[in-house]
Amino acid sequence: MTFSDIFSDPMVREIVFRALTVGSLVSLCAAVLGVSLVLRRYSMIGDGLSHVGFFALSVAAALGLGTTNSLEISIPIVIFAAFLLMKLTESGVMKGDAATAVVSTGAVAVGVVIFTFAQGSMTSDICSSLFGSASVVTLTDKDLILSIVMSVLVIALYLVFYRLVFSVTFDEGFAKASGAPVSFCNLLISVLTAVVIVVGMKLIGSIMISALVVFPALTAMRLAGSFKRVIGIAGAVSVICFVLGFFAGCLLGLPTGPCVIIVNMTVYALCALCKRGN
Amino acid sequence: MSRILTCTDLTLSYEKQAVVSELNIHVDEGDCLCILGENGSGKSTLVKALVGLIKPQRGTVIYEGLKRHEIGYLPQQSAAQKDFPASVEEIVLSGTLPRSMGYIKKENRLEAEKNMELLGILPIRKKSFAALSGGQQQRVLLARAFCAAKKLLVLDEPVTGLDPLVSAELYSIIEEKNATEGLTVISVSHAPERACHTASKILHLGGGGAQFFGTADEYLASEIGQKYLCADDHHHHHGERRKVQ
Repeated sequence: MTFSDIFSDPMVREIVFRALTVGSLVSLCAAVLGVSLVLRRYSMIGDGLSHVGFFALSVAAALGLGTTNSLEISIPIVIFAAFLLMKLTESGVMKGDAATAVVSTGAVAVGVVIFTFAQGSMTSDICSSLFGSASVVTLTDKDLILSIVMSVLVIALYLVFYRLVFSVTFDEGFAKASGAPVSFCNLLISVLTAVVIVVGMKLIGSIMISALVVFPALTAMRLAGSFKRVIGIAGAVSVICFVLGFFAGCLLGLPTGPCVIIVNMTVYALCALCKRGN
Repeated sequence: MSRILTCTDLTLSYEKQAVVSELNIHVDEGDCLCILGENGSGKSTLVKALVGLIKPQRGTVIYEGLKRHEIGYLPQQSAAQKDFPASVEEIVLSGTLPRSMGYIKKENRLEAEKNMELLGILPIRKKSFAALSGGQQQRVLLARAFCAAKKLLVLDEPVTGLDPLVSAELYSIIEEKNATEGLTVISVSHAPERACHTASKILHLGGGGAQFFGTADEYLASEIGQKYLCADDHHHHHGERRKVQ
């Protein structure tokens, strides 16, 4: 595929436009939430939740819904998992990293078994839900609308509770001592993360989606010294990397997810090197 | 003076080991309570229980006429905080959050500015917290605690790791707040002599359940107090001698 192919054929243009819209919105949300997650040492929570997302896809397949029609099922399942992870950690039953590892690997194991039962054998469905689609994904009208609504909701809630999120991210103990609703804030962040992961999984694949949470935040933290700027830069870097990675994938005939992440990795590496040079 | 905080038969445990047992103390408005004791005697655990971060195993902590959002707390710094990308101003402003959850109001900004000025960090308000020295970071966290502390300020080792000059300055600012504004202060301290000068009440948590609670004068006269202060004296002289050599 070349650039002129993308822009001349109306069918291709439509597909590309949808993927770009959903992808940019998801990248933006993931990066913004990612700053809080990385700073609180919860980088792996995105990874845990995306594996639960894979499990949810297998349930959708078993119910005959197919992987294209799965958001209604995956969103509640992944939100529930986010809630469970938070409670496990808060109650001290398990440490955060152990809880994430248990939920994440357990979900993949059960998911693969369900997929295999549902479809008789390991199929390309498993492969595409783990690694993202091998070509540009066809997103339905419903996917498009749902992901726009979800992204607007995520950004709006984040802005409304920005001060609370900052305070809890910087110092949970202080916030709790002066009566801030810390549990609510933690719940908010995990539910929003769950939503973003599920929406983004289709494009990037469940194994790699958490990179969108982690890389832009790390890059932004190299570049800025205030929280507001880190959030802004992370969002911008994430959207730019997605667009670059997406087109690179289209032109080279490579899957979207890995390309986007390789671009993110390169940008981070460049920033790290430049800073060291200073 | 009216009572604002009472602990009754308070027993606390840390990782399933009882560290504070059967503690009975009370704090009145305008008090300055200093908590002294050796490392591992449960000072931090007690402070966390006082501000509601951990639940008592037995007994109660009761506030009277004191609401959660009137408490300013200065915790010990965590490792994750030291390289946190936030500006000085953002952090100090977060101290006003409990009383205004939504957007930052003008009065919040004014309050943050007042406390930044008090602690001498107004000129570095745009700087990143991660780029500051330990002493400056502690000033920022203290300014934030001041923003939150309408009635009660709870400090967990406010000057650990700071040089003596900065420590003395921070102590003076805190004492000033206590003396002039009537702000109630509860502070874990490593400087017993200074504590005895300024504190209205002293709590000494000793190892093995030994406890003392009373006024500074009573503490100076008590066996536990003399032992501790004497040990501290020794330590200081020893240090000076070493410096001379």
